[in-house]
Amino acid sequence: MLAGRVGNRRLVTAACAVAQELGLTVGMPVSKAQAMVPNLQVLPHDPQADAASLERLALWVLQRFSPIVTVDPPDGLVIDSTGADHLHGGEEAMLETLIGRLVMSGVTARAAVADTWGAAHALARHVADPMHVAAPGTTEALIAPLPLQALRLPPATLASLRTLGFVCIGDLLHQPRAPLTRRFGPDLCRRLDQALGHASEPIEPLRPSELVEVRRSFAEPIAAAETIARYIGKLVVQLCAALEERGLGARRLDLLCWRVDAHVQTVRVGLACPQRDPQRLTRLLCEKIETISPGYGIEILSLTAVMVEPLDARQMASSLLEAPAPDLSGLVDVLANRVGARGVYRMAPVASDVPERSVTRVAPLSDPVGAGWPDHWPRPTRLLARPEPIETLALLPDHPPVSITWRGIRRKVARADGPERVFGEWWKRDAEMIAVRDYFRIEDEAGERYWVFRAGDGENSETGSHRWFLHGVFG
Amino acid sequence: MPARPFNPALAALREQIAAMEGESAAAREVLPFGVPDLDRRLPGGGLALGCLHEVAGGGNGAVDGAAASCFAAGIAARLPGQVLWCVTQADLFAPGLEQAGLGPDRVIYVEAGDDVSVLACMEEGLRHGGLGAVVADVARLSMTASRRLHLAAKGSGTTGIALRRWRRQQEAYDFGQPTAAMTRWRISVLPSAPLPVPGLGRARWLIELIRARAGESLDIELEACDGTGHLGHPAVLADRPAQAVGA
Repeated sequence: MLAGRVGNRRLVTAACAVAQELGLTVGMPVSKAQAMVPNLQVLPHDPQADAASLERLALWVLQRFSPIVTVDPPDGLVIDSTGADHLHGGEEAMLETLIGRLVMSGVTARAAVADTWGAAHALARHVADPMHVAAPGTTEALIAPLPLQALRLPPATLASLRTLGFVCIGDLLHQPRAPLTRRFGPDLCRRLDQALGHASEPIEPLRPSELVEVRRSFAEPIAAAETIARYIGKLVVQLCAALEERGLGARRLDLLCWRVDAHVQTVRVGLACPQRDPQRLTRLLCEKIETISPGYGIEILSLTAVMVEPLDARQMASSLLEAPAPDLSGLVDVLANRVGARGVYRMAPVASDVPERSVTRVAPLSDPVGAGWPDHWPRPTRLLARPEPIETLALLPDHPPVSITWRGIRRKVARADGPERVFGEWWKRDAEMIAVRDYFRIEDEAGERYWVFRAGDGENSETGSHRWFLHGVFG
Repeated sequence: MPARPFNPALAALREQIAAMEGESAAAREVLPFGVPDLDRRLPGGGLALGCLHEVAGGGNGAVDGAAASCFAAGIAARLPGQVLWCVTQADLFAPGLEQAGLGPDRVIYVEAGDDVSVLACMEEGLRHGGLGAVVADVARLSMTASRRLHLAAKGSGTTGIALRRWRRQQEAYDFGQPTAAMTRWRISVLPSAPLPVPGLGRARWLIELIRARAGESLDIELEACDGTGHLGHPAVLADRPAQAVGA
């Protein structure tokens, strides 16, 4: 539990879940809390430390999720995920990843996606459990039943609104604006408009001083692709000089284009290893120009190295030694920025007998794993994403099928080999405790070879459904 | 089908054409298959390196591309350096490729959304020059696209293999369209030789060299890639007396 001083009273400012279960609430006097719970651990409230750690969290989100992030004190973050969510598989998947990562590091968080900052703020604090994604255009209906605190108003305004009988936001929406403004000042209607999207509320992106940033403003807005490319080139040279001064290399770059209509277009490129080679960085950024929509023109371009790593000069292998391995990092960067970082990978073995679990994707430039897979059983070249059910004619318990019907085509099995028994991994799931798959290699009369399996051992029905599946095609 | 006798006039003409194309035939490196019947028919005695080649599967192989990818993996395995494999659907099984000689450390996969970006990624890989080979699963390959890829391969000396693979078997007629590829192969599966015990022998392929620039086409029945990426003679032929092998 944290205690802070408000005026001349000591009040509870935050309480952990256990404390809340014991009946302690935020805003309660500390002496009362101590009377209710003996041995209560009371720590002083430190607003500066809170703000600093919130900023650290924002920086983490900036590096991993979206180029435009800022803190929403005292306890929130605002993320403009436009153009960033698809990299994480959509809005819902992005929130799930975000909350998952936060929970793993011990932070309880709630998140919401909405059309406006105001609406997202309200939904995250009053609806999300722990996440909520609002469909575009439904803002008004969603925030109408929420209490007035959701509007980010000062406490005095809230208290007097309550005195007047307003309970939820919906009560305010259809009131005449003029009397409200006369009584409460312009703030109330501004907050309402911001939540509904009638008034704009730009997010000033967080740019901590340790980030390397270069920017350029234009007296005359620019829009042509060639002009943008030229200025990207100039910015990259400046950025690389700044990075070199500090002995750093960029791992992730954000290009922010501020349009004259106050929209911000973002381009983000990632690098497989730290770089400060202007040519390479310029090329990566210029390939993304087509994703920028300049609208009426761009007035500010700013380029930030969001993630940096130390990069020291390295000694080149001399020609007396064997030829150095070709540097593939440039190629990997170009490909990763074209198809997405998840689309470029290498396969590495996993110690598992279940075929789909025996491979895992690793970064394309990670160290060689050396060992491959055990090769005492032939493996197909193509493995279906999920095993497809087939109809078979087979003798139980351990004979290969005599014929199979796959995708509507019946094939007679001429030769077969097997079974290769694969046991379920009981340490992963309870359902796999006694599960069994019997794999057979079969060849039909035309010479096509398939990898089929039967779920279950053919005798005991608890080991599987005894249905047959086709899992792969041999070359 | 006997090989054509060596004709000095034809060879001189070929050299002249090669000079006009801006490549000297002598400088071009080749990768022999290690199967004399096959190598003898290929110009230069093997698969030309630094070129674009096309491989497709026959029958159902046009859709699953299993035998064709095994064949391509066998070629890539015998070339030094890393291999870039561009795909649209990630159904390659790395343990299977390893059994064709291509270990997991040597392949970088690129999963691109559509055919156009697969071709763009392939060209990028071919232009880079630091790779041993670039393989791409593509369905449509126009003359223009293949010409670009071929020029990129020639410029850097990296071998490109376009693995033709279609969504439906009916679309495989596309394989007849002209492209700029150096050679065009079709790999179809054949029933394997019966074993004296129940089980499956080594897979057997019908390898058709449909088109080879400055070479002849050919059909040959061979055994699939072994663990080092080499093709083999079928057992019945391999045991012939020595003088018969040369015939």
